[in-house]
Amino acid sequence: MAAKTKFELKMGMSTREAFGKTLVEVGKKNPNVVALDADLSKSTMTHWFAKEFPDRFFECGIAEANMVSIAGGLAAAGKIPFAASFSCFLLNKTFEQLRVSAAYPGFNVKVVGTHSGISIGEDGPSQMSVEEISLACSLPGFVVLAPADEVATAALVEAAAEHVGPVFLRAGRPKVPVVYTPGQKFEIGKAVELIEGGDVTLIANGMMVAEAIRAADLLDAEGVSARVIDIHTVKPLDREAIAKAASETGAIVVAEEHLADAGLGVRVAQVVTETAPCAMEFVGVRDTYAESGSTDGLLDKYGLRGGDIAAAARRALARKR
Amino acid sequence: MKQTKNPSELQEICKRVRRHVIEMTGAAKSGHPGGSLSAAEIVVTLFYDVMKHDPARPQWEDRDRFILSKGHACPVLYSVMAECGYTPLDQLNTLRKLGSIYQGHPDRRFIPALESSTGSLGQGLSIGLGMGLAAKLDGKDFRTYVLLGDGEIQEGQIWEAAMFASFHEVDNVVAIVDYNRIQLDGFVKDIMELEPLADKWRAFGWHVIEANGHDIPALQAAFAEASTVKGKPTVIIAHTIKGKGVSFMENNPKYHGVAPSAEEVAAALKELQ
Repeated sequence: MAAKTKFELKMGMSTREAFGKTLVEVGKKNPNVVALDADLSKSTMTHWFAKEFPDRFFECGIAEANMVSIAGGLAAAGKIPFAASFSCFLLNKTFEQLRVSAAYPGFNVKVVGTHSGISIGEDGPSQMSVEEISLACSLPGFVVLAPADEVATAALVEAAAEHVGPVFLRAGRPKVPVVYTPGQKFEIGKAVELIEGGDVTLIANGMMVAEAIRAADLLDAEGVSARVIDIHTVKPLDREAIAKAASETGAIVVAEEHLADAGLGVRVAQVVTETAPCAMEFVGVRDTYAESGSTDGLLDKYGLRGGDIAAAARRALARKR
Repeated sequence: MKQTKNPSELQEICKRVRRHVIEMTGAAKSGHPGGSLSAAEIVVTLFYDVMKHDPARPQWEDRDRFILSKGHACPVLYSVMAECGYTPLDQLNTLRKLGSIYQGHPDRRFIPALESSTGSLGQGLSIGLGMGLAAKLDGKDFRTYVLLGDGEIQEGQIWEAAMFASFHEVDNVVAIVDYNRIQLDGFVKDIMELEPLADKWRAFGWHVIEANGHDIPALQAAFAEASTVKGKPTVIIAHTIKGKGVSFMENNPKYHGVAPSAEEVAAALKELQ
């Protein structure tokens, strides 16, 4: 959409804050929207919804499995439940409930995992989530969303409420740069091209979209024209945008704050091999758990920066046919 | 369908249902007859007397809900739903076969009138609580009944749900434990003892009713009592016999998950005349 210019990235709110604020708005619009939390509402930001609609908020205590199945029952009886927790607990502890109390019966459940990725920082790996995209994508019928900033989060939370069927939305803890201008349109399953470019495509989601934009700026200084695509919907994937990028640029880097072996990258690679095989590189957490530290320190150490994406792009360009 | 409060009419329906259970698991050559036979009076009393429902309108918003949380006992549920007119009686013997609506465990993709798909133990009570909460939010008076296996309540999620239900005063949900004292690997007391079971539920804030799960008037009284309890959920601990109604299946762990052979089907049907 935007012309190829240097993006100025201003810091905005965290995607969990954007989720919490939007949930209140969604609740005002639709009286069937309800929320559940498992003793983390002050961190997932569902406490704003709880304050506004105390009768429509259910505190489940530290019992995530029960929470997810209750959400299934609420949905079965016509409600639109948003169940929130940290991604690591939501997907890992309740994968079985998401399977049998949501995905398999096809209930209209929305689950929102905050504190995703390694950017949560000091709390360390037991609270980090680097596998939940893979798990969520393994639930047939689920829509899987990973918004980049506050604008995308607001739009996609609204879209999740309107979509009939189960949805997982991934949100993060730290404040993140705003990459979209207010009013940007989002559609589930439709990627957004943020920067036009013809030499290489940088595909990202979540907070890595801002890093991909930084990478495009670095590459631009070297005379490399990089396309940047935000794949905010990991499932269903925008196959058309991926195939087009593969055939038009012939080189793709996928960047995600997730295990590189199990997330967006491998799903994009599947589409590329089925449509227009090309040189690909993957930026993400390698087969490991991270550690405690500052957000910035962790992103540097685990190779999730614009510079890492630019380096990957150079490797892909070297192999481009 | 015609509902009835007459215990002998209900008992006649139970006998038909037991015959279906034997015939369909025999035809399938697999399935779970024991825990289906133990639950016959419970499920028949609910569908034919207690519950407000209409097979002609399975999605009626005000209907009472029934969740078979012990999903492996689906032969009893399929039999009762077919007798009620929800699904075809003449297809019961397609149980577990490719393309059958009578899947190995309840699957609402094949029978939309099922309130949920079940089969992975421990989740039905929580799903029922969600339905109970929705009823309260909407000011509706429908009630939700959840049938649990005794072995099933070894699952931790059951006790998460038990804590939630009393804390949030979900008094429009009734849990029934089919306490037949046998699970797949053997007798419950040898696998993971549940006693003192009534005390456990009381400690979690539930109103507890104990009843003979094969005594229809006792079950009717238990459900009536449950409907008068306000401010807390009710559990009916139904003392039952696994394999009830077929002498060689009764109290025999073998028939948790083994279907009767052709000879056993014939012998069982003779007993269920």
